[in-house]
Amino acid sequence: MMLSITNLHARVEAAEILKGLSLELPAGEVHAIMGPNGAGKSTLSYVLTGRQGYEVTEGTATLDGEDLLALEAHERAARGVFLSFQYPLEIPGVPAMTFLRTALNAQHKARGEPEVSATDFLKRAREVAKQLKMDFDMLKRPLNVGFSGGEKKRMEIFQMAMLSPRLLILDETDSGLDIDALKIVADGVNALRSPDRAMLVITHYQRLLDYIRPDRVHVLAAGRIAASGGPELALELERDGYDKYARAA
Amino acid sequence: MTLSLALEARDLAQLPSRRDEDWRWTDLRGLIRELPAPSPEAEASPAGPFEGHGDSELLVVNGRLQGDVGLLILGDGQRRVLRLRLVSASPGTAHAVRLSIQLGSGAELTLLETHEGQAEGYLADSHLSVSLSTGARLERIVLADDEAEAISVSTAEVRLEAGAEFCQTILTHGARRQRLETRVEHPGQAAKVRMDGAYLVSGRRHADLTTAVTHGGTDGVTGQLIKGVVADQGRGVFQGRITVSPGADRTDARMGHHALLLSDRAEVNAKPELLIFADDVACAHGATVGALDEDALFYAQQRGMPEAVAKALLTEAFIGEVIDRIEHDGAREIAHAWAADRQVG
Repeated sequence: MMLSITNLHARVEAAEILKGLSLELPAGEVHAIMGPNGAGKSTLSYVLTGRQGYEVTEGTATLDGEDLLALEAHERAARGVFLSFQYPLEIPGVPAMTFLRTALNAQHKARGEPEVSATDFLKRAREVAKQLKMDFDMLKRPLNVGFSGGEKKRMEIFQMAMLSPRLLILDETDSGLDIDALKIVADGVNALRSPDRAMLVITHYQRLLDYIRPDRVHVLAAGRIAASGGPELALELERDGYDKYARAA
Repeated sequence: MTLSLALEARDLAQLPSRRDEDWRWTDLRGLIRELPAPSPEAEASPAGPFEGHGDSELLVVNGRLQGDVGLLILGDGQRRVLRLRLVSASPGTAHAVRLSIQLGSGAELTLLETHEGQAEGYLADSHLSVSLSTGARLERIVLADDEAEAISVSTAEVRLEAGAEFCQTILTHGARRQRLETRVEHPGQAAKVRMDGAYLVSGRRHADLTTAVTHGGTDGVTGQLIKGVVADQGRGVFQGRITVSPGADRTDARMGHHALLLSDRAEVNAKPELLIFADDVACAHGATVGALDEDALFYAQQRGMPEAVAKALLTEAFIGEVIDRIEHDGAREIAHAWAADRQVG
């Protein structure tokens, strides 16, 4: 099993947000996590990626059998965990290319692989930018500074493609996107689907799942998985809302 | 009360102390219990940080000028790029030096100034007088590379005539106690001043950037961007005073000071002052002191950077904004590398 989460409890400051969440995500599959606001969707993404301030009090999470929770954030990234942020950060003064090359080489170093040369990096960046229909000059500008919501999300997918992670977590990737931008972003994500990758697509709305088709859908309510099913579950949620799960919790 | 007076008179009572308002954060009298012996003649290492740039060099070792006089005069319309090296080469001794630069009308000078600590625990004072005639232009770039246990004070007094332009960037990583002070007589009359600086302070180092600009006439421009990063038990001080004299209308003066504290025991003392005695002016100042943005730090870590790498990248970018304003291409690159080598935190 690529990602295996068992009875995960986590708190932020005094508040317990995750209350016994269990989930199995095999390689090659795309799972959607849907849920109402405040259910713990973003907390799950931060707990899995090792953000400070998110304290796990019980339970386990493993990546290919390795204890994910014992690793620091950058070590998890080097193992192939990538989070596409709901609100990507603006980094003034650091060109996107510099940021990404620093990150990529840090990952290579952690894995004992040789550094990527500037030439090879540039060549690959040009290819990926072209696939994502991005203006290459954008990559020379400070990362995300002054970018529109759509540009920021495209930059996330660009980074994802460049870093080629194994476990992709997409946190509300559709928020702030118009339909054209959504299609481009979804195409970029779909291009990364492969038998040795897994994706966790976190979303509030079903709309994104029209473009990124999930193998399974899980409903996250009140800190645990309240229901799981096939893609039809997303349509049911779109029709009936989250009320029944919120009440059950 | 100055360090140079104390050295000249061999009198500790001449040292500025915390009772002097302008020196309250950079107390020298409380720190210097005994005046060290005068520095001997000495040799400096041959190449300074700006080696290879500029067309001539003025070398001062232990307060002694090497084969030159302490007065540089550029005639009308002349252009030069000069390296000025102030080297402290003998441990535990004291020295002072006074230098003057005069630029004729329309003359242009790029001054690549370095303070090079090549020994431990010295005491150094330098004083630079600069006068810029009508339409003259000076870009002064200072790399203050004092040794950790040194005490050093450097003062520049700059006088501009109409239409002259003075641009300055000071980069420092402090010393046991260090002050870099700039005083500018600004005549207005389309003269322009840019006075930037950055301090990168760690360990027990102390860096004090103090500036005072007095606008005496109409239509003068002053811009200032100071940034600092302080780690460990380091301390950064910024005192910036802009005075707009009565009648100095249409003055445009902008000051910004922004600092990052990277540890609980790091300290920044800031005193931005705008003293405005004219009516029709555009003046603004902004000051912030805070920690590195936790969200940005996590973002970089999530992409694979260890915490130290992420911090270095973010602080370098923070300071980089100041360095990018250096106009001399070669000096700008050297300054970027200098700052990267002295990353704190």
